[in-house]
Amino acid sequence: MLMRLSVIIIPALIFYIVLNGVLNKVDVYDAFVKGAMDGLKTVVTVLPTLVGLMIAVGVLRASGFLSMLGALFGGITERAGIGAEFVPLVFIKMFSSSAATGLVLDIFEEYGPDSRTGLLTSIMMSCTETCFYTMSVYYMAARVKKTRWTLPGALLATGVGIAASVVLTEMML
Amino acid sequence: MLNYIWAGMLLIGIIYALFTGNMEAVSNACLEYAESAVTLCITMAGAMALWVGLMEIAGQAGLIDKFTGKLQPFISYLFPDVPEQHPARGYIATNLVANILGLGWACTPAGLKAMEELAKLEEERGMAGYETAGRRKNGNRAASDAMCAFLILNISSLQLIPVNMIAYRSKYGSLNPSGIILPAILATCCSTIAGIIYIKMRYGRKNGC
Repeated sequence: MLMRLSVIIIPALIFYIVLNGVLNKVDVYDAFVKGAMDGLKTVVTVLPTLVGLMIAVGVLRASGFLSMLGALFGGITERAGIGAEFVPLVFIKMFSSSAATGLVLDIFEEYGPDSRTGLLTSIMMSCTETCFYTMSVYYMAARVKKTRWTLPGALLATGVGIAASVVLTEMML
Repeated sequence: MLNYIWAGMLLIGIIYALFTGNMEAVSNACLEYAESAVTLCITMAGAMALWVGLMEIAGQAGLIDKFTGKLQPFISYLFPDVPEQHPARGYIATNLVANILGLGWACTPAGLKAMEELAKLEEERGMAGYETAGRRKNGNRAASDAMCAFLILNISSLQLIPVNMIAYRSKYGSLNPSGIILPAILATCCSTIAGIIYIKMRYGRKNGC
């Protein structure tokens, strides 16, 4: 049902917007082309930022530093009945969504999606965002250097999300 | 701040690779990830052109005014210093709604435009660092309160239905793939409420960096 709904959203949105444009006598095609140009300009602005960021994430991952961090904390979480992969996942999720997805699939494969670790992973992934990635892309696009109180707030929200995931997982079991 | 995070990631990675002998992997990763950033941008360019193009039609048809009108009280609550008619509001509203509905392809374009508009707003106000926008190097552009609040909201995760997770769960044989919807909504509410409380504590206070 949900999957079917999400298939309809994009065509429905296009239909709704174009129909309203025509009804309001907007030069729809001209407007679209103008907007598309605007959008492409923004992509070009972001590209250098993205290249820089992805290289940093790639270096950190390939060096094995992220897995080392995970192994360091993994011992502690394993005693609590949570798979050792969960902690590295939390770190990686802050940097890269696609890398995190790869790890999630590993966890599902190994523990099963309905296990304690599987449930915790599902909920945690649903309530956190790629903190550093989002900050870097948005702020570099606006050429902002000082992020002031963004990071503490973002980390607080992420931390509360993770804590809530742990509590909710226990309640589901 | 970002300078230190970025430099730290690279320096730590390279030094760590020196000790673990992963230097070859690091060397390959540099080029590989640079390439995938470009690929990502090319993929994103299509979505971006489509979305911002549609938004332009919607804007000229008066749809965005109508739509942000309904969200106005909420946006005024979170972004009290963004003027009522400012274009940033439309993009903020679109980004938040797209986030809540989980339309990833629509979030980033609207989010980037919102940041651009918020930067313009600071420029109009003559904030330090913004006056030479786009021409000279801006030494010390500091984020405005609205930018901090906007990013914290985004990072606190707003998506209500974790469609991807449900799909992965059913692919790996979960007995109840969508069983996580309710806990996911609750967890998302917790993180977002924490974010909003923090925003309300810091917004409009001049101190702090």
